[in-house]
Amino acid sequence: MVAACLPRERLRPLAGWLLLLSVGSVAAGRIEDQTEQFFRSGHTNNWAVLVCTSRFWFNYRHVANTLSVYRSVKRLGIPDSHIVLMLADDMACNPRNPKPATVFSHKNMELNVYGDDVEVDYRSYEVTVENFLRVLTGRIPSSTPRSKRLLSDDRSNILIYMTGHGGNGFLKFQDSEEITNIELADAFEQMWQKRRYNELLFIIDTCQGASMYERFYSPNIMALASSQVGEDSLSHQPDPAIGVHLMDRYTFYVLEFLEEINPASQTNMNDLVCPRSLCVSTPGHRTDLFQRDPKNVLITDFFGSVRKVEITTDTISLQPDLEITESSYKKDRMDEELMEPLKYAEQLPVAQIIHQKPKLKDWHPPGGFILGLWALIIMVFFKTYGIKHMKFIF
Amino acid sequence: VPPEVVRGKRAALFFAAVAILLGLPLWWKTTETYRAPLPYSQISGLNALQLRLMVPVTVVFTRESVPLDDQEKLPFTVVQEREIPLKYKMKIKCLFQKAYRRALEHEEAALSLGSMQEAETMLAKSQKQAEGSLTVYVISEHSSLLPQDMMSYIGPERTAVVRGIMHREALNIVGHQVIQVAQAMSLTEDVLAAALSDHLPEDKWSSDKRRPLKSSLGYEITFSLLNPDPKSHDVHWDIEGAVQRYVQPFLSALSAVGNFSVDSQILYYAVLGVNPRFDPASSSYYLAAHSLPHVINPVESRLGSSAASLYPVLNFLLYVPELAHSPLYIQDKDGAPVATNAFHSPRWGGIMIYNVDPTVYNASELPVRVEVEMVRVMEVFLAQLRLLFGIAQPQMPPKCLFSGPKSEGLTTWELDQLLWARSVENLATATTTLTSLAQLLGKISNIVIKDDVASEVYSAVAAVQKAAEELASGHLASAFIASQEAVTSSERAFFDPSLLHLLYFPDDQKFAIYIPLFLPMAVPILLSLVKIFLETRKSWKKPEKID
Repeated sequence: MVAACLPRERLRPLAGWLLLLSVGSVAAGRIEDQTEQFFRSGHTNNWAVLVCTSRFWFNYRHVANTLSVYRSVKRLGIPDSHIVLMLADDMACNPRNPKPATVFSHKNMELNVYGDDVEVDYRSYEVTVENFLRVLTGRIPSSTPRSKRLLSDDRSNILIYMTGHGGNGFLKFQDSEEITNIELADAFEQMWQKRRYNELLFIIDTCQGASMYERFYSPNIMALASSQVGEDSLSHQPDPAIGVHLMDRYTFYVLEFLEEINPASQTNMNDLVCPRSLCVSTPGHRTDLFQRDPKNVLITDFFGSVRKVEITTDTISLQPDLEITESSYKKDRMDEELMEPLKYAEQLPVAQIIHQKPKLKDWHPPGGFILGLWALIIMVFFKTYGIKHMKFIF
Repeated sequence: VPPEVVRGKRAALFFAAVAILLGLPLWWKTTETYRAPLPYSQISGLNALQLRLMVPVTVVFTRESVPLDDQEKLPFTVVQEREIPLKYKMKIKCLFQKAYRRALEHEEAALSLGSMQEAETMLAKSQKQAEGSLTVYVISEHSSLLPQDMMSYIGPERTAVVRGIMHREALNIVGHQVIQVAQAMSLTEDVLAAALSDHLPEDKWSSDKRRPLKSSLGYEITFSLLNPDPKSHDVHWDIEGAVQRYVQPFLSALSAVGNFSVDSQILYYAVLGVNPRFDPASSSYYLAAHSLPHVINPVESRLGSSAASLYPVLNFLLYVPELAHSPLYIQDKDGAPVATNAFHSPRWGGIMIYNVDPTVYNASELPVRVEVEMVRVMEVFLAQLRLLFGIAQPQMPPKCLFSGPKSEGLTTWELDQLLWARSVENLATATTTLTSLAQLLGKISNIVIKDDVASEVYSAVAAVQKAAEELASGHLASAFIASQEAVTSSERAFFDPSLLHLLYFPDDQKFAIYIPLFLPMAVPILLSLVKIFLETRKSWKKPEKID
């Protein structure tokens, strides 16, 4: 209950307190705004490099891992032109796949991560250590198409996801070569020197994955691994219909986590922790090279794509050429009425191909090789058995 | 001592000598990574390069502009220096070289004409000015060429007019005004800060709204018409005519900056990724400002921009909303509809929403024919193109009349500003690339430098030095070309595929290769050397014992 009127001596300090409070709240609001900006990442575009390094049908789960991360990253906004997807083998069209054109991530075939618009940039034997390092460092031959390049700049946040079979300090590529943690660290250093990234998130899902990030020495890198040195990363569950393990545990958890994220969510990296009951191995992380605190790093900073937009407020003034507008309008109308309906050009003479008769091949005399071979045989025969047999031949 | 033992000892010693004196250096030399010599000292000198940007200004005095005794002092030249306060390690100094002189006859005649336009046309006929230079005409205090309250005027070409004064300190005052005008037309702190925005340390308190396109040899501009509802709207746009009439003149004015190529496309059934909301107050649909960032991503995959070329692509989209969502307006943060109905994204392009005139629906049945008014659309797109290139609204000094841009939409000195900004940016990029290459070569010992890469580095260093010299002497056009060469050569050297030759061959794997080869050879040699040494020591000791 408020007093009907306050004595005047009390009003002045009260007004003073009110004024101070309001100024304080405005100032606090501005400071809050500014601190929020301070902790926000300074990136303007996002890239993703997703690599699956193993081939053969029983490594189905590695392809499914990579495709599920690809799917999440696309759903959260990164366009195909900013994703470099490297798959070492084709599981969807593999002859051993009982459900062709699909790659499932869960045993009840709930989620087909292959989808309708997968764009694989490096496929099959193109996934090599050399190509991977060339993509990262940008030292690509000039004939490479744009979709196979990592055209990042110094305001790009890059997500690098690798999966396959690995060991202490190396990752196996294609069952024939390997990439060591030193090479990876050197590649990141080359990227840093040319300022090809603003911040980098490196996720690896292999056995002993933590060894791969031990040697990093460039700033602004955060690394996550599915298991520590000496531990194995385990696969999730097999599917009896397809006959192989469908996904790895760590990436399965990451996929479940990402399915609940939308482009506007505020979840941060500290929430991405796989519990022991789900991932039997101990996931590792490395944040000492990263400048911001992980709890201020949004998931969408790396998995989604942000665009800075600005409203256009000014225009310039142009003088329209009125007469030319009129005449071109009339010309367009006339052109359209006169044009014939369009149709496809004849590309192949199909009728001719179907009804072709087999061509008779011309006879050629035997070549030098055949003649030489027979001469050798005859010489050996006569050397062995003697010239007297000649009269029986000729 | 039996001769075989002596022979054996000598043989072992020879083996050891050949292995150590001949073999070891030979192995070392043949297995080192090939590095052609690079000018490391010059590269580290580039870091400390002091950039001096000279703007040559010609100040022309008419007869009654300044007192007579000041006029006696003409012609002379004065250089004024200003350091640009940027937090960048490459220091930038701005020099205005003012050459004062008296007006020639035809200039006097031109400046005594009635209106500014006539004066400018007459003046423009006489001389063609080089890029980067300016001419300022000083007219008398009471001249009627300028309106009474205006002290100066900035024209669309590289000319300006300043009012003189009859005062003791006339030359100083006029000089100060000339500097103000010249700064507005050439180099301001904002222009350089925007150009170097990638190299300056991120200032967390400032908004990074202005992020102009990175300097490149060419650009690809794509105009797309998005029609999500062809059943209701049969949209036609005369894009070829509009490009020819409005865009090409603008791009030819900008042709010094790079090669431009323009293409256009029409996309059907392309929707924006965001559902517009209905506003019952104005019975229209709107897109809120915070949902605009999510509009671009779903539509970008359909634009086909990645297949176009290796140059950076600028996309300009014209969206004709569906009948169910017409009319559609963009709201800014305060909830007011935006006049242009357009927004843009730095380094990507712009989107404009074109609402169909509702009267068209009354007459005919669906689909209605919609003829897009290209003038209105191009006004917005060209304004967005200016902003994307970093050509901002000019900051005028006080009491200054600005004539406005020419019909192309770009004044000549705005082009000069762009060239200054690009030259500085190119030099910064080239210097950073060369320095990073030198640092990398120090850190990672496995990188190979072939001869052609080395020659690119040499030409890049020479081009940087040439560009700096040309900037210091005020030749903007040749400085810009040299800076572009510097960037191209340095990028070519850094990104040459041959540098990666031996990268995946780390040191610990080399041991695995050498040990099976060298160990079987080294063990007998070392053991025999040890044996010889011990025996020799024993034979030295022996004579002492007998004694």
